[in-house]
Parts: sequence; structure tokens; C-alpha cells
Amino acid sequence: MTTSETLGDELTRQAAHIGAKVAGPAAGEVDRDARFPTEAFDALRDAALLSVLVPPELGGRGASVGQVADVVFELGRHCASTAMIYAMHQIQVASLVRHGRSAFFRDYLAELSERQLLLASATTELGVGGDVRTSVCTVERDDAGAVHLEKMAPVISYGEHADGILATARRAPESPPNDQVLVLCQAPGLTLEPISGWDTLGFRGTCSLGFRLVADGGSDHILDDAYADISSRTMLPVSHILWSNVWLGLATSATDKARHFVRTEARKKPGVTPPSALRLAELIAQLQRMEELVRGTAQRYDRQCDDLDTLAGMGFAIAMNSLKVSASTLVVDIVNRAMAICGMAGYREDSPYSLGRILRDAHGAAVMVNNDRINSNTAQMLLIHKDD
Amino acid sequence: MDETIRTILAEHGHLPVEVAKIGDEDDLYQAGMTSHASVNVMLALEDEFDVEFPEVMLRKSTFESVAAIRVALGELTGS
Repeated sequence: MTTSETLGDELTRQAAHIGAKVAGPAAGEVDRDARFPTEAFDALRDAALLSVLVPPELGGRGASVGQVADVVFELGRHCASTAMIYAMHQIQVASLVRHGRSAFFRDYLAELSERQLLLASATTELGVGGDVRTSVCTVERDDAGAVHLEKMAPVISYGEHADGILATARRAPESPPNDQVLVLCQAPGLTLEPISGWDTLGFRGTCSLGFRLVADGGSDHILDDAYADISSRTMLPVSHILWSNVWLGLATSATDKARHFVRTEARKKPGVTPPSALRLAELIAQLQRMEELVRGTAQRYDRQCDDLDTLAGMGFAIAMNSLKVSASTLVVDIVNRAMAICGMAGYREDSPYSLGRILRDAHGAAVMVNNDRINSNTAQMLLIHKDD
Repeated sequence: MDETIRTILAEHGHLPVEVAKIGDEDDLYQAGMTSHASVNVMLALEDEFDVEFPEVMLRKSTFESVAAIRVALGELTGS
């Protein structure tokens, strides 16, 4: 067994424990009240799970994206909001680890590990039509080199609970909308003024309110690489991999309920295979498709993440887009199948087989970065891409 | 060749600045070419020069400047 496998096993065990003992028991209340899953994040901080992607020399564990994906999956089986917040945080950490090479960001990652800081993201903006690869807001610099930023963000997930926010902005006031940089915004130079609430069907605990973000900081708060490269090499693939693991957690949780329901039915009439068992066989085949897709793509990223040439290729971008579209579609299909198996017991809100929250969360998958937008982007690339 | 490349950029690059004002080595993406526009530039270049960019060339870096496009086309046309 390699050291890496031991670390992966340890992280998965810790995540499974926190999911079952802390996040799961609070999930109903987090959903009902649309509140931040405080107890889960206290536990994740206590276990130092917020810094696992950070290299050991900076105080982290040097985990791979695939290992973090397994943590996200374990959390997703119990509380989708906890898993999604954890996933979004790790997407930001991955961006800093891979693109923040300066002394400032190395020091910041050490601080993140030491204090278990939680990072959020402000990429969407009012006025860009949902296209995160363009910005209206811009980095403004004064004569002393200090940086100022103002952004109207329709959503900043857990913005009020984060210790730092990575925001996209145009490089300079004269820059075109797609020449973007990523800026670390943090207290005391950060103010968030809510402009909209978060009363949604699912992922209610992510508290993804809209904010007017105003940030001031040093010029060293801007990441070294252009956002275009951060996005294509890290932020987009890691997002789709980690989100897919949240959804795989939901699908697995729904499947567990369906399995249990069928077994209970079977025990009532030994010797007779209940009709729902056939539906379960169909569901399991779908879950297997989803597992292989989600885990296989995470492993592929771990293999290729340092091969900049591959990451820059259209084939890679198309594969990551397709992962998001497929996984977000499969999760709804799987939860629907579980609902058909559990019947009224799944439909009820007061039964151990209740699937309501999972179904509502599952529908978030296709709309967070709309599948139509992703397919349009893939369609565009397919006009020129050759699979050879 | 440069003139044809610049004509295609003017037609399909959707650049917020005049193509004539862009230097040979200037970064076209920083000048405002989106990835969407760059695909149309690639298609027009393939049509105009009767070439196909192989997958290994379909990189941001291949199309990042007039000079880079010229080098890529040179490799494909052998000129």
C-alpha cells in the first residue's frame, strides 16, 4: 500500500464519520431553515479537512483532487449543502495551490492550513448574462499600487461565512471583458452588502445570497496566472469533478433507501421476489454508470493534472463538460427511480425512506451552471475538434 | 499570409480594437478575443488555407497572436 492510499483511506474515514455523526443529523434543520451547516464545518475544521489539498510543507496533507472527491462524496451522502460548500471551498484552494506561486500566496496557504480558513468564490456577476468568463467589474489601482474592486454578484455561496473570497475581475479598467484575473478578497478590506436572498428548492444551506462586494488589498492579492488559464486547467475541471461527487453522494443515498426498502419488502414474503426488486436492478445499473463516470473522470484528472498540454486541449474540456451534463442528469434519474421503488414511503416527509430533500437537492445539479450553456460551449468546440 | 490572417481576425475575431492596431506578437485573448470567437477564427483559417488543425494544435497558445497563427499555418502548409 502506498502512502497516498493510506492518506485517501484516512480522509474518507474522517469524512464518513463527520457525515454520519454531525452533518447528517443536522441536515434536515439546515435545509428547513436555509442555514449554514455550522456544526459540520466546526467538525471539518477540527479534523483539519479544509486544508487537505495544501502541500505538506505549507501545513496541509498534499491530497489529490481524487482524494478530496471521495471526501465530498462521503459528505454528500448525508448533507448536500455541507458537501457542496466543502466542494466549492476546495475548488478555491486548488486554484491557489496550483496558480498562486508568489510568496504572498504560499504564506496565505500556510495561514489557511493553520487557521482552517474557509474560501468562497465570486465569479458570476450581474450584467454578464451568466458567462463567468467575462467580467464587468475591474481591478482599479491607486498610485501606491493598492487594489480596489467592486462587484455586483448575484450569488456568493456562504459569502457571509467565508474567511476569504476569490473574485474575478477585468485586469484593468481598459481591459476587454474576457481579460480576467482572480483576486483574493479578505477582511478587513472586504465588505459584503446583501442584495438578494436565498430561498430555493434545494442546496438551501449553501446560503448563496447576492452581494455587492467591495474589496481593497495589495496588488499581491491578484493570482499569478490569468483567469482563463486558472479556469481551464483547474477551476472548471475541479468544479465539475467535485460537484459530480456531491451528486453521486445524493444518488447513493437515495439508492441506499431503495435497497433497504426492497429488502424489507422481501422479508415480508419470503420466497416471493417483490416487483420493486426489478426496478432496483435497473436503478443499480444507472448508479454503476454514474459511479464509473464520476470516479473515472476524477482519476483521469489526477493522472493528467500536471500535463499542461493535455489540460489546454479541447478534448479535455469536452470531457469535463460532458461529465457535468451526464452526472447532473443521472442524479435526477436515479433519485426518481428510488422514488418509484419506495412509493408513498419515499414521498412522505416523515418516513425513514423520505426522498423529498434529496430530490430537491438533485434538481440543483442541472441548473447550477445550466446544462444548456455547457452543451452550447461543447457544441462550439465540436465544430473544430478532431478526436485523433 | 499575414494580411489574410488579419482579414479573418477582423471578420471573426470580434475584437474590440482595430486589427491593424494589433502587433504581430500581441496577445489576441488579452485584446478581447473570446474562446467562442477563436473557434470561428479557426474554422475560417481552415477554410481559407485548406488545412485542418490537428487536435494537438487546438490550443489557446496556437491562436494567441498573429505570429503564432502564422507559425501554425506554416507547419501545416509547409511554407
